[in-house]
Amino acid sequence: MAVQPAQPGLELPTRGGKPTGGTTASFWRGMRHSKVLLLMCVPAIVFFLIFSYAPMPGVWIAFTNFNYRDGIFGSPFVGLRNFEFLAKSGQLWLLTRNTILYNIAFILIGNLLQIALAVMVNEIRSRYFKKVSQALMFLPYFVSVVLIGVIAFNLLNYETGTLNNLIVQAGGDPIKLYSMAGAWPFIIILAHVWQSTGYGSIVYFAAIMGMDQSMFEAAAIDGASAWQRIVHIILPNLKPTFFILLLFSLGGIMRGNFGLFWNLVGNNAQLYATTDIIETAVYRMLLSQNNFTSSTAVGLYQSLFGFVLVLVVNWVLRRINPDYALF
Amino acid sequence: MTTPTATKPNSPAGPARSDQPRKVKLDSSEAVLRTVSHLGVGLFALICLLPFVLIVSASFSEESLILERGFSLLPQGFSTAAYELIFSAPRQIIGSYVVTIVMTVSGVVIGLAITSMTGYALQRKDFPLRNYISFFIYFTTLFSAGLAPTYLWIARTLGLRGNYLAVFLQLLLSPWLIILMKNFARSVPYEIVESGKIDGAGDFRIFAQLVLPMLKPALATIGLFTALSYWNEWYLSSIYLGSIVEFPPLQYHLYNIINTANALRNSVAGSNVALSDLPSNTLKMASAVVATGPIVLVYPFVQKYFVSGITVGAVKG
Repeated sequence: MAVQPAQPGLELPTRGGKPTGGTTASFWRGMRHSKVLLLMCVPAIVFFLIFSYAPMPGVWIAFTNFNYRDGIFGSPFVGLRNFEFLAKSGQLWLLTRNTILYNIAFILIGNLLQIALAVMVNEIRSRYFKKVSQALMFLPYFVSVVLIGVIAFNLLNYETGTLNNLIVQAGGDPIKLYSMAGAWPFIIILAHVWQSTGYGSIVYFAAIMGMDQSMFEAAAIDGASAWQRIVHIILPNLKPTFFILLLFSLGGIMRGNFGLFWNLVGNNAQLYATTDIIETAVYRMLLSQNNFTSSTAVGLYQSLFGFVLVLVVNWVLRRINPDYALF
Repeated sequence: MTTPTATKPNSPAGPARSDQPRKVKLDSSEAVLRTVSHLGVGLFALICLLPFVLIVSASFSEESLILERGFSLLPQGFSTAAYELIFSAPRQIIGSYVVTIVMTVSGVVIGLAITSMTGYALQRKDFPLRNYISFFIYFTTLFSAGLAPTYLWIARTLGLRGNYLAVFLQLLLSPWLIILMKNFARSVPYEIVESGKIDGAGDFRIFAQLVLPMLKPALATIGLFTALSYWNEWYLSSIYLGSIVEFPPLQYHLYNIINTANALRNSVAGSNVALSDLPSNTLKMASAVVATGPIVLVYPFVQKYFVSGITVGAVKG
């Protein structure tokens, strides 16, 4: 396979082609020679123009009292009133808090488990055991989130859920999880971890595989125990990977695992206090409430906030090492 | 083999390996670590598998026993009634399958063609516009119009509400996959391009006849991710297709079964009418199996490309 495992973000630009000169004249000479290359990019350029850039002026809706008849730019302008309303009602704060807290939990718990899993997989010598267990671990990431919703229903529903079945068999009373807001942070974090830990551990596993094997041999000759090998060699060497992944994911802290949240919780208003994140609110405001202004306003808030975060993260990465920078 | 280990099957050397025969004492910490590792990995793999077992077991259970005792790891009784019900009127499920398969196959073919052309062109160092176009594509991952403006544009202005194209087109390209392709294409030596130029081939011929055959692993990886995004699609369908089309894509069909069957059952329970004969619990589970089945069957064959999608890393603009 032509691809070698690499730590994300750590790959240096490799092959040097002919650098283009700086002058305008040579730019146009270069353009004449690369007409075909430009043509090869045209379908993608048209695609992103139509599906990503063309809708952007529509964020104007966030500053209007939108109605269909007058359209996006004909509807009355209301300035920042939509944002004021969302902020005063406390909804914006609730959504921001939930989104960020869930992401922090996902990032910290997820990375810890991924590292632990990668270290353990690395200790397994039986190829067959490794192959089968890894195949099973990646499977949850491969299937659709709708299926995860089905699994949650199977496990958690009040009347026929597997969990309540077990509780009743043990002599307890069944619990109504779908109306217990307090239980859902745990359920959602568990589901997220179940879905993504196996797949996420590949990065760390690849990093361990890429470590200089002579370090391990030297440690063995010096009589290092297995525990010392992990604590003093493997973990310190995973640190750069961990920090880069951490920074990458901080840039996305305003986004969410929408599919998972929606398929687990959906339109269950009893759970919003602990489960509503920005993306579920944007989706519900549009599709269930037909509220274009709020949906656009919250979406724009997320996009701008997220954009600034990525810029900050990129600045930090560039300070650490220009090769780590995202752009 | 499925992981990066594949490239060097027997080389990773733990300290307690047999190529050091003089090490008589088998370090007890090694034995403990190995046991803990096997237990930990085995347990986690089992946890990943069990929910699938739950679904399959439930789908083969008898509805009456499920209502009485609830779902469990092993089937309650044994019945294929739910499957018989699905396949007694197979029009719906076959229609959804056809829609999904047609979208997935054409989406992979067209998407791969565009993604590979673009990714290749954008890594050619002698292409003056490469940085501008790269940023033009990368920027869409940094800032987006958001759901409502996009909906208005695609559903109203372009008039694609209730049109499969609204789903099909939006999934065709992903900035991440173009960047991934760009990184894959960097591994093709520039000498290949130069040798093609010396032989008088144009840039497109160099790409199609010399470079593309070397990008087979990349095509497999990116094709797989594109196929997955089509196969697992339910989100755009819920926004742009809703209940307008007769045959929604498979996963959205499953989504509807889970949610509408729920609604049906709730309404029946609310009006104090006895539960109908519809085996709603087992039916949901059997539908999940039918909608998921094929992807799990192909999984072992495509898994290595799934893995290389993340290990190639370096998802930069």
